[in-house]
Amino acid sequence: MSHNTYIYILIMAAVSFAIRALPLTLIQRQIKNRFLQSFLYYVPYVTLSVMTFPAILEATQSPIAGAVALAVGICAAWLGAGLFKVAVGCCAAVLVVEWLLPFVM
Amino acid sequence: MKWFKLHASDKKAFFDGMHDGVPIGLGYLAVSFSLGITARNAGMNAFQSFLASLLCNASAGEYAGFTLIAAQATYIEMAVMTLIANARYLLMSCAMSQRMAPGTGIHHRLLMSFDITDELFAIAIARPGYLNPYYTYGAVATAAPCWALGTALGTVAGQLLPASLVSALGVALYGMFLAVIVPPARKDKVIAGLIAVCFIAAYAAAYLPAFAGISSGTRTIILTVVISAAAALIFPRKQLEDEAK
Repeated sequence: MSHNTYIYILIMAAVSFAIRALPLTLIQRQIKNRFLQSFLYYVPYVTLSVMTFPAILEATQSPIAGAVALAVGICAAWLGAGLFKVAVGCCAAVLVVEWLLPFVM
Repeated sequence: MKWFKLHASDKKAFFDGMHDGVPIGLGYLAVSFSLGITARNAGMNAFQSFLASLLCNASAGEYAGFTLIAAQATYIEMAVMTLIANARYLLMSCAMSQRMAPGTGIHHRLLMSFDITDELFAIAIARPGYLNPYYTYGAVATAAPCWALGTALGTVAGQLLPASLVSALGVALYGMFLAVIVPPARKDKVIAGLIAVCFIAAYAAAYLPAFAGISSGTRTIILTVVISAAAALIFPRKQLEDEAK
């Protein structure tokens, strides 16, 4: 039996929205429990960290370019560059490294 | 229109959001372009992939969905897969609920939920104080069309972009993540140490044979829950209510 692509898309959209909307609409008050408070405080940093590395090494054609982009991004952010500058710095690092690599290797 | 009465600060927040959404939109164009190629391989046309991206706003979730469409899986399988691939947004939504101004209406909560993604969550949570819904709307106004458009373009145009450009644009998203996690690490040694632990643990989980069968989305969920719980036990925060303001 062949399935309808639009029904697939509808299911994907409904589940994706429900997951995002339920906590934000149902949890209306500040959580008092100290463990839960701390847990939710750390979640953003942990989830963004584990998504960045080692994934950044696989996002580029050469893992070396990804590693350089990581180093450039950490330095730029440490020195106070904003969202846009850090992102552009990482992209530029990859362009330069991947352009140079064939000459070096 | 009492519900959506705009203050001057809301208007500024909206434009700030649009501005910060630019690098996200650029990154989205590159990532969704490759997602569009996946959609095409699954037998979808540009309108269908455009619609899927407009409604779902999820890279890993959509990718998983497209592979299921290609396999003509059951609708139940599609629902379960979408749930698993997107479960981290549940955690992000919980975290955001703790940063909402008291009394924020349900219409704002529903609208803000629609496009909780790794990147838009990151920039929203990086701002001090309560989350301003209009900041998120501004960022979504820039980023969401890029995501949907990029997917459609990928489906139509396939592999027209040079590989070097796709490669460079692909790290824009990670650059944004770094811009969010690094500045607080400078002020707070616990966060700095936490990031180092996360990098090591994520690297181990990605390459150790024991974890090889687990998808990257599931790995993210497991690592997030385990490491955040451990950090909360070892380094409980004091007076979080003050930090949030």
